[in-house]
Amino acid sequence: MESAPTAVASQVLPNPLAHLPIPFQAVDYAAKGYHLDATVNPDQVVAMAAQLDKEGLALDTITGVDWMAQGQMEVIYDYFHPAKALRVVVRTRIPRDNPEVPTIQSVFPGANWHERETHDFFGIRFLGHPNLTPFLLPEDATYHPLRKDFTS
Amino acid sequence: MIVKEPISTPGAPNETFVINIGPQHPATHGVLRVKMTMDGEYIVRAEPVCGYIHRMQEKMGENRTYAQFLPNTSRIDYLSAMTYTHGFVGAVERAAKLQVPPRAEYIRVITSELNRISSHLVWWGAFLLDLGGFTPLLYAFDDREKILDLLEGITGSRLTYSYYRIGGLYNDVDDDFIKGTRAFVAQMRPRLRMYRSLVTENIIFRKRLIGIGPISKEMCRKYGATGPVIRGSGVPYDVRRVEPYSVYPEFDFIIPTFEEGDSMARYLVRMEEIAQCLRIIEQALDKLPSGPVMAEKVPRVLKLPAGDYCYAVEAARGRFAVRIVSDNKEIPYRVKLRTPSLSNLSLFEEASQGMLLPDALALMGSLDLVIPDIDR
Repeated sequence: MESAPTAVASQVLPNPLAHLPIPFQAVDYAAKGYHLDATVNPDQVVAMAAQLDKEGLALDTITGVDWMAQGQMEVIYDYFHPAKALRVVVRTRIPRDNPEVPTIQSVFPGANWHERETHDFFGIRFLGHPNLTPFLLPEDATYHPLRKDFTS
Repeated sequence: MIVKEPISTPGAPNETFVINIGPQHPATHGVLRVKMTMDGEYIVRAEPVCGYIHRMQEKMGENRTYAQFLPNTSRIDYLSAMTYTHGFVGAVERAAKLQVPPRAEYIRVITSELNRISSHLVWWGAFLLDLGGFTPLLYAFDDREKILDLLEGITGSRLTYSYYRIGGLYNDVDDDFIKGTRAFVAQMRPRLRMYRSLVTENIIFRKRLIGIGPISKEMCRKYGATGPVIRGSGVPYDVRRVEPYSVYPEFDFIIPTFEEGDSMARYLVRMEEIAQCLRIIEQALDKLPSGPVMAEKVPRVLKLPAGDYCYAVEAARGRFAVRIVSDNKEIPYRVKLRTPSLSNLSLFEEASQGMLLPDALALMGSLDLVIPDIDR
């Protein structure tokens, strides 16, 4: 009997989005929990979102990771397909001292809250966002708790 | 898209006013504030204001070990604690390549599905309260009590179970639990029929819901809405089926969907889901293998290999996903919790536009929000 992580056949499947001009790496779902992984430049995230939108994918979530040692912030966009097993991760790296990336709110309106939350936690500015005010933090918050140099 | 102009009521002065629903309001089931710009009884713009019970769960994940963070996962969506713990232990097990014994997986399915029923029962009672019916809540809590007793017997807790462990379960189930669960399944089926004649077929209730708060497939996709919300819009998206995990592929059950996309469709999805949960529980009890419930050689202090791991489960409110970024230390570098209620509520502003206020409360109730699930 196999356990949960290996219930899905442990193999890398061919990329079903190979026709898109996105540098996807096919990933072993059983090991990682997603099928496709791409790292793009920050100015490409809106175009990526638009292409994945045309393919019928839905926005799962947006989040950040603070790579303080490298002086970078990573922004991670998660997508899922509502009809088939297809989880897509698009990442971008931005400089930590000037973390700016365009908003994908015009493509996925649901990004609005996820981007506000990421701004709360990391101080990443989403350029063009209509309302980048504190979402979960207090309305006068000026700190970003998930930055690795944050001290309470 | 959001239209900011007021909807003009013929003959009335063209002015709007702002009212607050919450942060303390019975219809919000927790501290959610909705800032509503009203034109008479009609909503021009309803803007949810979140964060009143924000606890920074993700920061807590970054300063304790995996095992120490586990109890937090019961406290995100406290009505669906089992599935949330499942998402977290699943992510850790995936990263650590731990083999969970089959008996543990079956018991996880049984307890998760019991928890799903108890969550839907709370929603059912509370939703009816929102709509002005008090009695159903008492029936719902009566049935839910039986589930809580069963789960208390094996976990020691009635709400925040922390029953799953990395690599298995806290303890095995006893005969009382198995007998009690079989008895519960037998009792619950006639209760569902009673619920149907008491509430579902009630004409006043139906008129409050049919055609109210339509949400299209496209809107669900754009906002990432999942769970009974997307299934009430005719999309058979269920993580248990689309991205199967645990031993769910071994059970025969259907994913209830309704095409209408209105509040009634979301109601019917959840009611039908309770019946499907009972089917799954029954099959899991029949097939329950013997053996250990904990993987061998799970290190006391776990270090996950560096990398980025995800695990998604179908919680009572939709897709719950955990992302763990590890840098090969005892504490995670980053824990991201993707919660369904946040995405489900994010479409409320667009969906509620131009609705009557009491209808919008029916729509909000049909989304089945748990506020700590949004605020984390």
